[in-house]
Amino acid sequence: MQKLFKINPLDNVYVVRQSIAAGEDFILEGETFMATKALGLGHKVAASAILMGQQVIKFGIPIGSATQDIHVGDHIHLHNLKSDYIPTYTLEDEFIKP
Amino acid sequence: MSLLSPSPATGYLRQDGRKGIRNVVLVAYLVECAHHVSRKIISRFENEPVHLIGFSGCYPNGYADKMMHAICTHPNVGAVLLVSLGCESFNRNRLYEQIEASGRPVKLVTIQQNGGTVNSIEEGISFVNRALELIQEVPKVPFHLQELIVGIVSGGSDATSGITANPAAGRAFDLLNEAGCTTIFENTSEMIGLENLLRKRATRPELAEILPEAVDKAARYHAIMGHGSFAPGNAEGGLTTLEEKSMGAYCKSGTAPIIGLIKPGDRTTIPGLYLMDIVPDGEPRFGFPNPNDISEMNELIASGAHLVLFTTGRGSVAGSAVSPVIKICANPETYRNMEGDMDVNAGKILTNEATLEDIAHEIVAQIVDVAHGVKTCSEQLGHQEFSLGYKSFEPIGPSCLTY
Repeated sequence: MQKLFKINPLDNVYVVRQSIAAGEDFILEGETFMATKALGLGHKVAASAILMGQQVIKFGIPIGSATQDIHVGDHIHLHNLKSDYIPTYTLEDEFIKP
Repeated sequence: MSLLSPSPATGYLRQDGRKGIRNVVLVAYLVECAHHVSRKIISRFENEPVHLIGFSGCYPNGYADKMMHAICTHPNVGAVLLVSLGCESFNRNRLYEQIEASGRPVKLVTIQQNGGTVNSIEEGISFVNRALELIQEVPKVPFHLQELIVGIVSGGSDATSGITANPAAGRAFDLLNEAGCTTIFENTSEMIGLENLLRKRATRPELAEILPEAVDKAARYHAIMGHGSFAPGNAEGGLTTLEEKSMGAYCKSGTAPIIGLIKPGDRTTIPGLYLMDIVPDGEPRFGFPNPNDISEMNELIASGAHLVLFTTGRGSVAGSAVSPVIKICANPETYRNMEGDMDVNAGKILTNEATLEDIAHEIVAQIVDVAHGVKTCSEQLGHQEFSLGYKSFEPIGPSCLTY
């Protein structure tokens, strides 16, 4: 079974359907990548290069904009993607506050 | 249509002509100060269909009045015990009269006029015992499955919710709508970014104007509050942004046309799919629209849902005090971890053990069973979460419903 799949042909992300451990290889667009950290079920991986400011597409619709340049095979999450509507709140925010 | 069993279930016929699939006694406290006495009363009825609900505030609120009236006269409810402290603002006499007018056995115990805690508990227990006998006399009639009103809510979402449980539930919603049922989806706070998709699904031009306005209202409201409908667990589960969560959540409404817009406690009119506008009207006054999943579930019930589909990725354990909740687990890892709480394992879609269509049919089969009296996991475990806060709404406009 493929560990990753694309929900909509328009998407520039793949979704993890079987958890990938840190150090484990996975194949994307015919190329082999090594996961630098664990990728949990449902997490996103870039299907193509996405430049800072470009939109990330999932379900065929934009789900936010890249906050830095993203390479094929990179994990996409809070560190490189932000909402175009309302900022995302996480528990880590509590610790970042002065 | 063939999906729904040809043999009708047993319905409990109420005097207003509506039918329930359950027959429960409610104990309702009318202010937080009466909560303990109410809890003591229901603790005597551990394995009986006796459920606790209530409103904790001492200030008056029209929305809370409407919700309490709607839930106390819900078709699944057979009798009601109201527990008042005595000095709160809640209009206990009006609620009592509304329940009495619905033909249900009702009793008001006012703690201050009733000799305090011990006497009030005793009087409450004695009424509930009598009520449990009285509700046996409610006429039992055939309940045809297309008479069902089914609500849907998601809670504890993760990135699997939008690819397994929600689309499968959406497909089940389509099957229910094709069969002639009434269905309600909600949480306009999780439709931010999807205004145009909603507009296209409205059956009437007037409604097509109103649906996106409800989402615009949600976007304005949450911008002022400074938080979207997004919890830290959503991010741990792989969701990054609100619009990503929205799209995953929205697909649980299926693909049927939207025939009407209601607000919490409003009743549906003709069969079909309804959107519930859950965001208060006007400037934010009382806090977040729905501070938790439980209040969403209860708003669907107040609008007449006989049962509620609840999709979850992280693993909610919620159940309702009034209408059975069918838990659909999106994440196969969560399912393995919390199997006893989950009615449907939609995670099988990710592990290639089932197709989306299989799970949709499994959900419909569960709905049929539950309508026939089979208990859901949360019913078996005795869950009866309830949450009701302050809100304010304008009445819905004339073009929201058709008759």
